[in-house]
Amino acid sequence: MKRFYSRLPVWVTDYLGMAGALGLLLGIFGFTADNFFSRSTFLIIADQVPDITILAVGMTFVLIIAGIDLSVGSVMGFSGAVIGVLLVKSGQPIGLGIMAGLFVGLGCGLLNGLVVIKWSLPSFIVTLGMMEVARGAALRVTQSRTIYIPGYLDFITETRWLGISMPFILAVCIVLLAQFVLSHTVFGRYMVAIGTNEEAVRLSGINPKPVKLAVFSLSGLLAGLASIIHTARYQANPNNGQGVELQVIAAVVIGGTSLMGGRGSVLSTFFGVLIISVLETGLAQANAQESTKRLITGAVIVAAVILDYYRQRIRNVKTR
Amino acid sequence: MKSAPLPIMDLKGIGKSFGSVRALDSITLQFHTGKVHALVGENGAGKSTVSKIMAGLLLPDSGRMKFSAKPYTPSNRKEAEQQGIRIVTQELNLIDTLTVAENIYINELPQSFGVIRYRTLNKRAWQLLNRIGLGSIDPTDKAGDLTVGSQQLVEIAAGLSQNCRILILDEPTASLTDKETELLFSQIENLRRQGVAIVYISHRMEEIRQISDFVTILRDGRIVCTETIDSLSSSQIVNRMVGRELPAEYRKKTTSVGSIALRVKNLVAGEKVRTVSFDAYRGEILGFAGLMGSGRTETMRAIFGADPLHSGAVYLHGSQTPSRILSPKEAVRCGIALLTENRKEEGLLLPQPIRVNCTMASMQKISAGGYIISGKEKQRVDEMMDRLAIRCRAIDQSAWELSGGNQQKLVIAKWLFTDCDIFIFDEPTRGIDIGAKFELYHLLSKLAEQQKAVLVVSSDLRELILLCDRIAVMSAGRLVEIFADKPFDEAAINHAAFREHLNPVKDKERTFDI
Repeated sequence: MKRFYSRLPVWVTDYLGMAGALGLLLGIFGFTADNFFSRSTFLIIADQVPDITILAVGMTFVLIIAGIDLSVGSVMGFSGAVIGVLLVKSGQPIGLGIMAGLFVGLGCGLLNGLVVIKWSLPSFIVTLGMMEVARGAALRVTQSRTIYIPGYLDFITETRWLGISMPFILAVCIVLLAQFVLSHTVFGRYMVAIGTNEEAVRLSGINPKPVKLAVFSLSGLLAGLASIIHTARYQANPNNGQGVELQVIAAVVIGGTSLMGGRGSVLSTFFGVLIISVLETGLAQANAQESTKRLITGAVIVAAVILDYYRQRIRNVKTR
Repeated sequence: MKSAPLPIMDLKGIGKSFGSVRALDSITLQFHTGKVHALVGENGAGKSTVSKIMAGLLLPDSGRMKFSAKPYTPSNRKEAEQQGIRIVTQELNLIDTLTVAENIYINELPQSFGVIRYRTLNKRAWQLLNRIGLGSIDPTDKAGDLTVGSQQLVEIAAGLSQNCRILILDEPTASLTDKETELLFSQIENLRRQGVAIVYISHRMEEIRQISDFVTILRDGRIVCTETIDSLSSSQIVNRMVGRELPAEYRKKTTSVGSIALRVKNLVAGEKVRTVSFDAYRGEILGFAGLMGSGRTETMRAIFGADPLHSGAVYLHGSQTPSRILSPKEAVRCGIALLTENRKEEGLLLPQPIRVNCTMASMQKISAGGYIISGKEKQRVDEMMDRLAIRCRAIDQSAWELSGGNQQKLVIAKWLFTDCDIFIFDEPTRGIDIGAKFELYHLLSKLAEQQKAVLVVSSDLRELILLCDRIAVMSAGRLVEIFADKPFDEAAINHAAFREHLNPVKDKERTFDI
């Protein structure tokens, strides 16, 4: 089995493994839940994943440079809150609200990045701080109340092509674009290099700081983008996105991106998001209790990481 | 080998492969009590693999081992150590944040009710260190604060604190000073008398001649021969190791020296660089000799902008205005390349493919508008692999799979890709086998022929004498003399290296009470 596996090309073991796991899950739920294989199930999943996917793309980049961004959930909440306030309380045009949401996300990410590179601080702590600050700001601007946005943003969720919503298509486009950046551009190469050994990169005559700054800013910007989709669906609740960062990190890690940096794939991250989403939807349709859902999701996360450990081992043997 | 008494360790048909690479091909070998047995061979010949198998760090694929005439199958380091087989490798095993004493007795800390009795511990450690001539090491110092050489000696001491029947030393002197090396040798002599079998791996021929009884030469995972040390000359050993004749001298004539490339004036940086001034010319190889800690590495890092410089100036390409180089990025833009002494930590991205490492410093050459043209990258990397004769299976192989010599060549490849014309090599041949060393010398001379300025820092004076046109000597942070007359006067160079130590500032006295 091992020998057979090791003879397959790398992309097969990388992506087919993930697709296989996803297929297995679908199979199990097709068997256990009634009517799992229905159009509505897939639409539910397609509606669920765009914001998480967009956040996960940013998180993949941050993990590849051996950082972490714990603030994405809060930043998404804060951006959404600003959108809500501008649209509803100040009556600003929709375009301006959306721009402001992106701008707030970018600003938070930029600030994260600046603090990290200026004082060489661990991003864990810096973004933990930002997580609190952004949440506080979200509560402040909304005065701790959910702002209901009467239909202004419905065009986002309601524009559909062949039943697929615009946010889903947008998320898929971002995944493909990000994977392209990662594997075919100098910027992507530098990200992987910095995550592998930042000092060696510096001593090769490359300044790692702008790259790190860009990655954190991008993560913030994507959180801003995700907030537009999230707010369109769930209103401008200042508590939007609470705990989402962990869900996002879980999805990225299931996709095989290393928490130690230097290794990762955006496409695999997307599979990770789908696996978590299918799991949740499937368990819900199988009428599992909340407690069961969490038990199983937790186990799947750990199992995925263990699986990745073996996948890496086989891969290392192969390139040797 | 003579029909000796029963060997303490008897290996028969030991084989080991890593993936498709055959590291050991059915090795049969015996070790005897009270003898020092040297293993020599180029990197990748299998010396380390044999010793790791004996020490339980690797499992053999085939063959059997007997220890004291009993079958011996250690499955990990601990099992081997319990039977008295210990290994000290270059990768140190000390815990930096614990004290020397804690490290030595980590497995048997004296304690009452779980509380460590530090007084007893330190006293024991002090006695042990004194007994083996390491009295200058304070057992209460943190291991991480010691020099690498002292750390290595402490690690050997730690091995000796417990039952030891076979001691395997894998390149123990690579980072030791001469004095430390002497200490080590007297320690080895003691152990030999106590009947410990010592397996000694080294690239340094003089050392091997000095201390060993037997020598086994390995090549490509096979044993070439096992002889008593006296029956082979050093050049015979080297020839059998590499399987070909080596030139006695390397650079016969100096290439034409060109215009000035780099002028360093009164450089002061950090704690170690006090006054350094020199000129380096195109087409020459300028060597930097000196004792460990004389500030050579620090000088080069300051010139390269890797560490801040305090005062002094660097002039490039004959310019009258000093260049301000505040970061490696600016240094590279000015055409300076630094190949650091730790190629694994600072030179390479070990888990990444050769391809990525090779083009790292000059992405602009294989990309357009930020997009990497992978066909171009592959073509350029392939060319470079051929040009430097880097032995690898594929350019997508990880850098850590390469041997030391090939890794170093990969670092050189990275810098050749840039348009740098001043190459600073810091210990380019450390941990590299003799065959690869000569290939590197060849590469360095070629760079000089191409009118690049080449600066080489090395602790191996013979290497500098072999290779350089001029040799600058540093002593305690000052550049004290530059030797330009050939043949170089080895004694005078050594003397210069000690110059600043002749009237030393009194070192902080160390006291330690039991």
